[in-house]
Amino acid sequence: MAGQSYQAIQRNPKYQELVRTRSSFGWTLTAVTLVIYFGFILLIGYAPKFLGIPMGNSVMTIGLPIGLFVIVSAFVVVGIYVTRANSTYDRLTREIVEESR
Amino acid sequence: MHRFKPVGIAALLALVPMLAWAAEGEGGPKQATNWHAIVMFVGFVFLTLGITYWAASRTKSAAQFYSAGGGITGLQNGIAISGDYMSAASFLGISGLVYMSGYDGLIYSVGFLVGWPVVTFLIAEPLRNLGKYTFADVASFRLGQTETRILAACGSLVTVAFYLIAQMVGAGKLIQILFGLDYWMAVVIVGILMIIYVTFGGMLATTWVQIIKAVLLLSGASFMALAVLWHFGFSLEALFSTAVRVHPKHLAIMEPGTLVSNPISAISLGMALIFGTAGLPHILMRFFTVSDAKAARKSVFVATGLIGYFYILTFIIGFGAITLVATNPAFLDPVIAAAKGPLVAIKGGSNMAAIHLANAVGGNLFLGFISAVAFATILAVVSGLALAGASAISHDLYATVIRKGQADEQAEMRVSKIATICLGVLAIALGIIFENQNVAFMVGLAFCIAASCNFPVLLLSIYWRGLTTRGALIGGLLGLASAVIMVILSPAVWEQTIGYAKGSAPFPYENPALFSMTIAFVGIWLFSVIDNSRRATVDRNGFDAQFVRCQTGIGATTASSH
Repeated sequence: MAGQSYQAIQRNPKYQELVRTRSSFGWTLTAVTLVIYFGFILLIGYAPKFLGIPMGNSVMTIGLPIGLFVIVSAFVVVGIYVTRANSTYDRLTREIVEESR
Repeated sequence: MHRFKPVGIAALLALVPMLAWAAEGEGGPKQATNWHAIVMFVGFVFLTLGITYWAASRTKSAAQFYSAGGGITGLQNGIAISGDYMSAASFLGISGLVYMSGYDGLIYSVGFLVGWPVVTFLIAEPLRNLGKYTFADVASFRLGQTETRILAACGSLVTVAFYLIAQMVGAGKLIQILFGLDYWMAVVIVGILMIIYVTFGGMLATTWVQIIKAVLLLSGASFMALAVLWHFGFSLEALFSTAVRVHPKHLAIMEPGTLVSNPISAISLGMALIFGTAGLPHILMRFFTVSDAKAARKSVFVATGLIGYFYILTFIIGFGAITLVATNPAFLDPVIAAAKGPLVAIKGGSNMAAIHLANAVGGNLFLGFISAVAFATILAVVSGLALAGASAISHDLYATVIRKGQADEQAEMRVSKIATICLGVLAIALGIIFENQNVAFMVGLAFCIAASCNFPVLLLSIYWRGLTTRGALIGGLLGLASAVIMVILSPAVWEQTIGYAKGSAPFPYENPALFSMTIAFVGIWLFSVIDNSRRATVDRNGFDAQFVRCQTGIGATTASSH
């Protein structure tokens, strides 16, 4: 590796900030995703009738918007991560790489 | 690639008489030959062979063969990933499931989708920063090369093999119905085209075949869903109330039914779907085709959006089929309809729901289009699988384990092409052998092995300092073995495939991921913690340097110039 050793990069406060913020954010979003999904699965397993409650006078049940929410939430959490990574994490990474040269 | 042209043309010439011959063949369970579909499919084949010819001239180095030189953009890769995922099984299978049981179909599609956020947050960027061609590059980054590569190659090859058998058998059956071709012919055509795409065009051709097919499938499915909504004046209420009225289960199709009756089973299946996605070798390989971590991230974002959109479409298509197919005698078998009602009388079984709906909303021409797209879908997916399997053989086993990293690049590529041809021939043979077997459990098994062997080793190699070579090897093999054994002992194989009495299966759940993943993680942890070998010290000491590269991408392979 040309430039600094990995030990020097490890001592860079920006590197420490990157690792700290990105890991906690990534694992938090992973937990959010799993809670939404397994919450949905547990609802199906233990309270299927709840998802079958009709919305007003419609034949449509609240299970439909809930299912749609689970699908859309997957896309949204990925979007939140990508937005944050593109701004904050990429900037930090670029600075770390430049300082290591 | 001077050899390409004559071989490609020879293969095409071989196809034409087969198709014509099939047209003259008669009787049997086959349908009348569908000329619209055949013409459009041949058009697709010519287009993709043209792309393969173009890609062959750009596939000279190992980096170009395995990863298209890292020159695929995030958007292109995202579409290709969505293509890898939107297999014929998910298009026809899930719309068929919605047709039969309504809301339950949604449960499966949600499970398939939710793996993607996990891949984004935990796997995609580290994979791009640490690896080169296969996920074994990442798993073995600081571990003993030989042991880890053998483990990863086993995990990859077993996953690919089961997935491939399921696709080949599905392809044969589907094409038999759609095109009026003989089963064996369909399997042979799929196998030959797959070999041509991969050996000549490598990852570049495989990616573009996948992109074209994904765009065709998404357009076709969008048109069908729009046509269904248009039919009901864009009123969801009208669509669903008609479906409730004509479906024999009536209001029950609007809520979860019997498909997921046991919560443990549901959680176990969910784990296989989520973490299996993050361990499928042909999906993981796609992250090496882009230039950097940022593009890897973007590709998952695009893929998640497209796959989510696609599953919403299949839901509408399934309900559309309830209202427009199950009510139209033209699509139903009159004998079964008289005995058991119209829904189950659908010609060709519930997997044909989307195909008949295409005919109902778009006539014969659109039916041909959707049939051709379904065929193209299978081709594209098996090509990705073959490339992943061949890479495990040539890059992990040949170049690293056998030649200890000293293999000449051209020799390595030659091995991967030979491996592709062998895999293709094997896939054809297995496809024919398993023709009359129930292979529905095989996709679930592939996901389960990916979740119980590939994923734990990959995840812990990236994030856990304490992982050692011995721990990864023993724990990974325990995960692999327990997944296979528990699937064999489960009702799907024990009762439905082997044929023992109903209720006699020693393992009660359909999918063992909950248990086999636990075994794998505990095994890896335990055998790493008690590992005091010299190798273990090297493994642990290598973590910091690996983690810095994983986080910053310093030292990662970059896109090669074309």
